[in-house]
Amino acid sequence: MAYRIGQSSFVQNLGKIYAIYTGTFAAFVVFLGVLEYFGVPNRFLGYMFIFLTIGVYALIGVLSRTAEVAEYYVAGRVVPAFYNGMATGADWMSAASFIGMAGSLYFGGYDGLAFVLGWTGGYVLVAILMAPYLRKFGQFTVPDFFGARYGGHLARSLAVVVLILASFTYVVAQIVGVGIITGRFLGLGFQTACFVGLIGILVCSLLGGMKAVTWTQVAQYIILIIAYLIPVIVLSVQLTGVPIPELMYGQALQKIVEYEKTLGIARSHITPFISVLPGAKPETSLNGAINFFALILCLMVGTASLPHVLMRYFTTPSVKQARDSVWWSLFFIFLLYFTAPAYAAFAKLEVYQNLINSPMASLPAWVNSWGAPGLALVGACDAKNAADIFPLCKGVTGNADGILQFAEFRIHTDAIVLATPEIAGLPYVISGLVAAGGLAAALSTADGLLLAIANALSHDVYYKMIDPKADTKRRLIISRVLLLIVAIIAAYVAGTLGADILFLVSWAFSMAASGLFAGLVLGIWWKRCGNAAGVAGIAVGFGLCMFFLIMTEFYGPALKGLLGDAVTIVKIRGRDVAYPWGINNISVGIFGIPAAFIAQWIVGKMTQESSKEMQDFIDSIRVPTGAVKPIAGAEAH
Amino acid sequence: MADKSLSAEQMRAYWDRTSKLMYGILFIWFIFSFVVHIFAAPLNNIRIFGFPLGFYMAAQGSLIVFVFLCWWNARAQNKIDEEFGVQDE
Repeated sequence: MAYRIGQSSFVQNLGKIYAIYTGTFAAFVVFLGVLEYFGVPNRFLGYMFIFLTIGVYALIGVLSRTAEVAEYYVAGRVVPAFYNGMATGADWMSAASFIGMAGSLYFGGYDGLAFVLGWTGGYVLVAILMAPYLRKFGQFTVPDFFGARYGGHLARSLAVVVLILASFTYVVAQIVGVGIITGRFLGLGFQTACFVGLIGILVCSLLGGMKAVTWTQVAQYIILIIAYLIPVIVLSVQLTGVPIPELMYGQALQKIVEYEKTLGIARSHITPFISVLPGAKPETSLNGAINFFALILCLMVGTASLPHVLMRYFTTPSVKQARDSVWWSLFFIFLLYFTAPAYAAFAKLEVYQNLINSPMASLPAWVNSWGAPGLALVGACDAKNAADIFPLCKGVTGNADGILQFAEFRIHTDAIVLATPEIAGLPYVISGLVAAGGLAAALSTADGLLLAIANALSHDVYYKMIDPKADTKRRLIISRVLLLIVAIIAAYVAGTLGADILFLVSWAFSMAASGLFAGLVLGIWWKRCGNAAGVAGIAVGFGLCMFFLIMTEFYGPALKGLLGDAVTIVKIRGRDVAYPWGINNISVGIFGIPAAFIAQWIVGKMTQESSKEMQDFIDSIRVPTGAVKPIAGAEAH
Repeated sequence: MADKSLSAEQMRAYWDRTSKLMYGILFIWFIFSFVVHIFAAPLNNIRIFGFPLGFYMAAQGSLIVFVFLCWWNARAQNKIDEEFGVQDE
């Protein structure tokens, strides 16, 4: 193909290009709707959605192929604030946000809002503590900052270790998400689906690196936000008559609370801080509050530490635009997050109002179609042999009175978003759209993460530490080979293990938060902090986080032997998981984050402070203009 | 990018202003991330458009404040940059 996206003319016409793209996509959805009307089978529509959207991403990937290092690593630093905001939105919102979060809100009620708060508030920290300064620093990766700021290979290597472990955990969760969606809509086995999804991920990032990923992510953001908003807007019109779900679900909440009373449901949707320990009463408790706030802290601090997010702010043309693009990012993310609780509320109202206590003979069609084996996301478990029709009913014994009681109804977390179009009685084409949106969310995040890992290996490990004389061509080839290898390993792990997406993602946040946050913040805001302190901060913070994560998850009884009564053992995920001081290990970063700060502060006070040269360097990255002062004696750049 | 660099004294003044802005926003962030939600249970007794207020603050109120804070930070910091003549575009 002779044509390639040349940066300057392309960047000038971004508005026009993405407007045409959005219009074409809308026309495509309408066209498929017409096909559906004329009786084209659903399976075909599902294929069209998945292959055509992946095809578009692949096309952008091929058109953005590049042989330049700056384009490959930081998209040539030409991405305007507005578009970087959209790209960050897609990079950020993963399968967990798109598919999982509304479901967590359905089950968790108020306590699920920790995800909504945690995954938005972190951007305030990014904006005020980091993004502009990292942009001014002007290198390629987050470990670059650690290498420069804390004097060399040791700090850089530790940052690389944290980056790889956190991002890898995260990317496995994304591939599980891709596998679930492609598997469901293409009718493939989960393992095969993981590898098919992998192709979708690789076609964007392999040829064009960050440049291709950026322009693909903008395209993916547009699809995912349209796909997320349309079904819930329609549902809002049906239930309340007004097409603004974010405003109208207050009424739904009110009705839910009334139904809770009449149906005798103990756990209220709006009660805050319910204890996470088994057997506790469903009421406001100290344990619930501690877990709620611990999770918020881990998710927010993790946001400000995850390299695949931070590296997006390396791509803007200026420090000012880096700052502006943080608020655009948060705005685009906000559009989805403040809608998610509406999904949960409307779905819950629909279930309470039209499903519970209705006769088995007259259940709505969506219950049967989403409950069938193969999907198995819903279960109406009234009959004694209900598990034969609804696999989700395994282990539930109904009373076989022909009426669906509350205790006999089962619904899977993922069903809330995926089944809403059908609950709202929308045509199948909207279900396909939602699948395409979920796929866009998972693919875009996976792309950003894989690129962060491959860049850390090729740039930080290979180029900076092994062969600083490597030429451009060699560096880019190494980078692509590593990307491929990491992607295949991740797909293999995802396909074999599968796992709870939300837990994997939350652990990734805790790891990054414990390992990198203190080093980043103090590196910029405490200029006398010396090299040893920086190294101590990462090592202690990350070390403690990993210790608690591994001990609580896999060696619960051993940890109980160590800490005694402070630990409660909970049987969950097929293991004896430890809850030290009643804290769920979903927010395990609560141990690592403060430890990193304390260690860095104590060691910083006890050891040599940073050199005059280092302090000049820090001054130079604090101001938008002027050259970044070089640090002699540190690593060669 | 312009090449203007600040004298040591200007640098201190610039960073002083920047730090104050940072601490101010950090304070409001802390209030809306944690403090407000401590009172979720009593706030739930107040209803606005059907929303229990405690629930509303965690589902929307704080989020709106976060978006505003990021916007305000960009605006206020740009002003400081312009005052010191170090805006980079």
